[in-house]
Amino acid sequence: MPNSPSEPSGSSGSSELSGSTGVAAGGAGYDLAVIGAGPAGLAGVVAAADRGLRCVLLDAGGGLGGQYYRHPAAELRAARPDRLHHHWSTFTALSRRLAEHREAGRVEVRLRHHVVLVQGVPLPGAPPVSGASTGWRLHTSSGVESGAGSTGRVDARAVLLATGAYERQLPFPGWTLPGVVTAGGAQAMLKAGLVLPGRRIVVAGSGPLLLAVAASLAAAGAEVPALLEAGGYLGYARSPGTLAAVPGKLAEGVVHGAALARHAVRPRTAHAVIEAHGTDRVRAVTVARLDRTWRPLPGTERRIACDALAVGHGLVPQLELATELGAATRTVPDGTLALRVDAGQRTTVPGLWAAGETCGVGGAELALAEGELAAATIAGQQPPAALLARRRRLRAFAELMAAVHRPGPGWTGWLSPETEVCRCEEVPLARITEAVQELGAGDARTVKLLTRAGMGWCQGRMCGPAVACLAGAGAGAEEPAADRRPFSCPVRLGDLAELPSD
Amino acid sequence: MRRPRPGPRTPAALVAATPGPAHTIEFDGRAIPALPGQSIAAALWAQGIVAWRTTRVGGRPRGAFCGIGACYDCLATVNGRPNQRTCLLPAAPGDTVTTQEGHGHAELAV
Repeated sequence: MPNSPSEPSGSSGSSELSGSTGVAAGGAGYDLAVIGAGPAGLAGVVAAADRGLRCVLLDAGGGLGGQYYRHPAAELRAARPDRLHHHWSTFTALSRRLAEHREAGRVEVRLRHHVVLVQGVPLPGAPPVSGASTGWRLHTSSGVESGAGSTGRVDARAVLLATGAYERQLPFPGWTLPGVVTAGGAQAMLKAGLVLPGRRIVVAGSGPLLLAVAASLAAAGAEVPALLEAGGYLGYARSPGTLAAVPGKLAEGVVHGAALARHAVRPRTAHAVIEAHGTDRVRAVTVARLDRTWRPLPGTERRIACDALAVGHGLVPQLELATELGAATRTVPDGTLALRVDAGQRTTVPGLWAAGETCGVGGAELALAEGELAAATIAGQQPPAALLARRRRLRAFAELMAAVHRPGPGWTGWLSPETEVCRCEEVPLARITEAVQELGAGDARTVKLLTRAGMGWCQGRMCGPAVACLAGAGAGAEEPAADRRPFSCPVRLGDLAELPSD
Repeated sequence: MRRPRPGPRTPAALVAATPGPAHTIEFDGRAIPALPGQSIAAALWAQGIVAWRTTRVGGRPRGAFCGIGACYDCLATVNGRPNQRTCLLPAAPGDTVTTQEGHGHAELAV
């Protein structure tokens, strides 16, 4: 099913976006392609353009800012978008600098462009950027949402991956009910569309994001009858030096705490939602106290009426484009995989840089520092010592945060055999247990082949961490390898057919 | 003199939004207001609607879950095209949104 005509093939770097200022990209394309317009990508592209590199910035979303700086569409005319953000002025300052670079023809911005595939290609003519021996061809898909889709390609001598993260979910009975949403999803819909999933919203899971989500939901008018953290906060106190080195993080915690207190929301630690109830939508949840391994303690169950539940268990770096290219990963203390980068934000693939959550979830401030640092080394410069020190302090805090909120193995104690683990393919726990215990599956891939868990639309983004845990439980399992997929997101057959064969 | 009472807390009040007039989309035959700039999923949430598809196997209701285009739970049939991610798709005036049943290709009878 061929779609509307794509941009002319071979015109790498053509500026087909109306209103955008084209960068005069010749046959060799751009110096740098930045994938992702969140904090890391914005900081990276601005700092790279400051250093004279010709850049293209691509993002799948319709606006700049990524998930962190997600904000209402211009048509909603929000006079105070800052009220849903910390450090909003950082974003407006970066946006201003980006606009200047666009006007000067140093940066082109392509929004609503999904980068589906990155290929290494020899780029004739231009000298390599900082030791990269080849260049890159980015295959994009745009207009996916509206159906007026087209494919495109962009050539660049270096790539900065700033693709961010999505949320980690741990299943529980009833988590597929309408009205049960991810904590970040509730936040995203509020920030962009000024809507709430319900009026009485329980917030649960683990990680500091929950504090921000609960505070903004309450500020926007929701009643938040419970805010439940499955882990604790005391773990931070084990590393007082790491904590003291990032006073901004403490201040942020105080701001959230004050906002929550203003709305009479008191966080409870070592508590989780172990079941959501309802038929057409969530009507109530059962919460329970957890032991240190996150196993629910019998007799502590309590039912709370609500019409929505915002739940999440931390974030998972989004790595598809890099792992397909063979970039090495490391295991973060929270059990997720992140890209392995050196002091200059270089991945193990020459010519491929990464910054922000792709290198391990650490928040916007760290992402900004890493984006700037990557830009310096891409331009062949030595990054300022102060920037390196800031990155080191914030990265140390990120590792501490990951360890503090790492899911305990006892979470499987709240599952029942009927609990759906894979939302897309509707695979219940019983089928996964059968695959592991009776059919001998010992890893997520085998479980997937036997049960279809992770084979649906989302390609395991929602159930992957849970399936890996269930597949490896107790077997002295090896660290899971990164998924390698030829495409970063589902691609239409028509778009595939349009990919040039060279 | 009484002090002016603060208005109700709403998302729009929080960010001091003054959007233009709402336009209308249709959801399962029902007229739904949508503010300019809102996604289809946001317009539905604003009306208290949180489910707009049923699953292929169990026929269970689903709606928006991740809100950022990663989970594909918010699929609906929009203007006759099934499997559209409503959390990413801006609501356009006159859009027709229908609850998607199963894989959304029932007409193919496969």
